[in-house]
Amino acid sequence: MKYLDEYRDADTARKYAAAIGDITTKPWTIMEVCGGQTHAIVRFGIEDLLPEKINLVHGPGCPVCVTPVEMVDKAIVIAALPEVIFCSFGDMLRVPGTKSDLLSVRAAGGDVRIVYSPLDAVAMARKNPEKQVVFFAVGFETTAPANAMAVHLAKTEGVQNFSVLVSHVLVPPAMESILSSPQNKVQGFLAAGHVCTVMGYKEYAPIVQKYKVPVVVTGFEPLDILQGLYMCIRQLEKGRAAVENQYSRAVQESGNMPAQELISKVFRVIPRKWRGIGEIPQSGWGLTAEYAAFDAEKRFDIAHAAREEPTECISGLVLLGQKKPAQCPAFGKTCTPEHPLGATMVSGEGACAAYYRYRKGEAA
Amino acid sequence: MTCPLPLAQYPRVLLAHGGGGRLMQQLIEKMFHAAFGNTDAHDAAVLDIPQSKLAMTTDSYVVRPLFFSGGDIGTLAVNGTVNDLAMAGAKPLYLSASFILEEGLEMETLWRVTQAMRAAAGAAGVKIVTGDTKVVERGHGDGLFINTAGIGVIEHGFSIAPDQVKAGDAVLLNGDIGRHGMAVMARRENLNFESDIKSDTMQLSETVQELLAAGVRVRCLRDATRGGLAAVLNEIASAAKLQIDIDDATIPVDPAVKSACEILGLDPLHVANEGRFVAFVSAEDAPLALEIMNRHTPQKNAARIGTVTQGSKGRVTLATAIGGRRILDMPSGELLPRIC
Repeated sequence: MKYLDEYRDADTARKYAAAIGDITTKPWTIMEVCGGQTHAIVRFGIEDLLPEKINLVHGPGCPVCVTPVEMVDKAIVIAALPEVIFCSFGDMLRVPGTKSDLLSVRAAGGDVRIVYSPLDAVAMARKNPEKQVVFFAVGFETTAPANAMAVHLAKTEGVQNFSVLVSHVLVPPAMESILSSPQNKVQGFLAAGHVCTVMGYKEYAPIVQKYKVPVVVTGFEPLDILQGLYMCIRQLEKGRAAVENQYSRAVQESGNMPAQELISKVFRVIPRKWRGIGEIPQSGWGLTAEYAAFDAEKRFDIAHAAREEPTECISGLVLLGQKKPAQCPAFGKTCTPEHPLGATMVSGEGACAAYYRYRKGEAA
Repeated sequence: MTCPLPLAQYPRVLLAHGGGGRLMQQLIEKMFHAAFGNTDAHDAAVLDIPQSKLAMTTDSYVVRPLFFSGGDIGTLAVNGTVNDLAMAGAKPLYLSASFILEEGLEMETLWRVTQAMRAAAGAAGVKIVTGDTKVVERGHGDGLFINTAGIGVIEHGFSIAPDQVKAGDAVLLNGDIGRHGMAVMARRENLNFESDIKSDTMQLSETVQELLAAGVRVRCLRDATRGGLAAVLNEIASAAKLQIDIDDATIPVDPAVKSACEILGLDPLHVANEGRFVAFVSAEDAPLALEIMNRHTPQKNAARIGTVTQGSKGRVTLATAIGGRRILDMPSGELLPRIC
């Protein structure tokens, strides 16, 4: 298939793997930030091709995984209201809240629907004026332009029965949080290509300077990842630390300016809680005052009780790159994709689910 | 072809159409008997079956939308049950057809479905000999549910089951995967892909009968319906207590299906099929078996996708496109598109 098979070519992959082997003299720990990359690494068995000295750890870039449990609980409360049509991306439906999940709400009679774009939810609000249509606006910078557009559209067109439950998070503060931890093991990053199509990669320069780690903006196909690793290892071996762009077919340094303008109109930077990690300052987006009327948290009366996550689950350490999924005592035993204890076991992009699906039964 | 009088006086199904009275009688005579050619109106069909081993199966069909590109619920209801019989190595002979109709269903819709069932039964060489009709109140059904049961005869001498699978056997697939699931999803969710993806629904009975007639040593057959190819391979690896090694590069997937799956973050190996099956055959019979499969699959892309090995019990591994190897696991529950 055009623009897909080219990036999955076995011969080229072997050549890249050999080139990585040639330049690798020391052990290096590299984190791929995005869950889509984690998924590709395990799905295509990329680690099989790498020298043993290269340790890949899996980052916090899975939006489903880092959405805090109380936000899932709020979604569950709203979705169960009789006047509400609750719209979400598909894989949020299975994420466990404290006691339930959105699939169970649907089974109990709640009107929970999967949409492929937040604009579909606005259209649904127009079509169902007697209902309250709520969209679960989760994700990183990648999903923000479409989510911002939905809110903007609802405001300009006066779609009053539409609102969003916002749980947006940002990549650079999470990378800083990982690097500033005393237990940090990460020596280089593959930055998330799709986040950078929106935001560009200027914001990584201060991180690279402060922590002296290479950051390579990387795509999602096997050859993208192998090339990104090659570029990252080449920097590490030479003692360099710079921002490089492997994903140049999609990413420009300044990113998508019209998208950024819309985002900064609709969203403002706020502190956010990350599931398994805790609160990170200035790490997320909430609605600006101009669009506050579309905030589902304000529109509906929902409890704000703090929730406890299962203590057995080490998803926070997995998301910080300090542990691998198979090092969790619950992995594959009390925690499986059918009965997930933490969100990293839920999403196809979550490191635990990816390991369970593709590497079950192997040693860590 | 349109719906016959006097049914045309009732453009929609009424509760009375399931009430046991005149309306129900008319529905059975004008709709079902007209389509399926029944003659007797007894409580049970009396069947002539040659002396041999019998196979029996039943399945219920619930699909939304009722019509999708390349098929409809009626075609599925016939082919699905025919295929379950075929997978046991049986030659399908008779089907039952039970309808649960929702009050208000358009009579024209039911007519189209029964005509599709007639055509599918004809193609598979089976007779629909008995059935039932119930009507539920509006809002208590999804338009139309169908249950079919089927009886077939087994005319060959050997056992076709997972415990017959041996290390060294070839794993064959009769054509490209993922069409049905993506065709239904595209229609249900109003996803407009550039190229139309058509369901692969077809009867597999002829293919299987020809494999058996040609003397192919068939060890086990399984149609790759819900859960897709990944689920089927895992089920058989577990039941046979053997390992199955698959090569991703050999699994045929139509480019349109591949693109649609990429966009939605789905794995074609997890997507449902309605006209695809996996055959475990002795390695020396594989070329002949593939030739036979290709005579019946319109796309002519049957392929050998792997081999059974001693390995570890119940494990399925997949050689990836770039030369890595990974576990191919059972899909878990409902297919949910990814965020990004």
